[in-house]
Amino acid sequence: MTLEEVVKLLEAEIVWGEQYLDQEFEFAGASDLMSDVLAFGKAGVLLLTGLANIQSVCTARIIEAKAVVYVRGRKPDKEGIELARMNKLPILSTGFLMYKACGLLYSHGIRGLEDR
Amino acid sequence: MAFDQGLSHRFEIKGGDFAKAGRVSLEVKEILHDLGIDPVIARRVAIVSYEAEMNVVMYATRGEMVLQLDPEAIRIVLEDEGPGIRDTEMAMREGYSTATEQMREMGFGAGMGLPNIKKNADRFELTSEVGKGTCCRIVIHLSPGGRA
Ligand SMILES: Nc1ncnc2c1ncn2[C@@H]1O[C@H](COP(=O)(O)OP(=O)(O)O)[C@@H](O)[C@H]1O
Ligand SMILES: [Mg+2]
Repeated sequence: MTLEEVVKLLEAEIVWGEQYLDQEFEFAGASDLMSDVLAFGKAGVLLLTGLANIQSVCTARIIEAKAVVYVRGRKPDKEGIELARMNKLPILSTGFLMYKACGLLYSHGIRGLEDR
Repeated sequence: MAFDQGLSHRFEIKGGDFAKAGRVSLEVKEILHDLGIDPVIARRVAIVSYEAEMNVVMYATRGEMVLQLDPEAIRIVLEDEGPGIRDTEMAMREGYSTATEQMREMGFGAGMGLPNIKKNADRFELTSEVGKGTCCRIVIHLSPGGRA
């Protein structure tokens, strides 16, 4: 699934990274716990989280997430978006809650981290 | 290779500076990328560096990280000034954490940091003196067969 399709499916706002809409995703992971993201994240993952602090952007970059989707309308602040831009990390924000966002992606063929 | 002679970088980490937390590890990642280090290895280095850096930010007053590269391995030595760890064996256990509520709200403090460093490193040595500080020594081998 491309980032553009993710945007449509999740009715998401592109907070940063319009130029990466053709990027492809095969698997995703979701957590508000950065400790878990660091322990279980995989390079190339589409990361879903409700935690929008600067550490979430930093953590996503460290594990080489390909993009981040913030749920329940969250988005990083100015510094967070700037850090995402510096690291070429696309950022989406969806109004959906975590369960629905994950369910939609999964039912459209996006696999979990353990299925890779 | 460009770093045949060995290469060394030094970084300062400030305790309590959550806004800047992680920047050193992002820089480490950048350096390894620019040197053309295998991305899988570079990612492991970035993860251990970030976990160790976050621990200094969360628990210590200040710290100094030295990143060393030679043809065989990437080494990280992170020495901090801070409260130290009374029982390093216990601190290494999955789930053990003294993180505050504020740190948990930031997504940290699950007690997975030190175990995650151990998982990603080929060698990890944690030493500490209560009231003085903590030292993390981490080695990650560069050759694919070098992983212990
Ligand atoms: N640099 C440090 N200085 C003092 N205490 C530390 C340091 N690093 C780790 N610790 C102690 O070890 C515990 C476990 O660390 P870690 O496995 O990274 O989990 P977490 O950071 O989520 O608590 C911490 O909660 C803290 O009590
Ligand atoms: Mg930690």
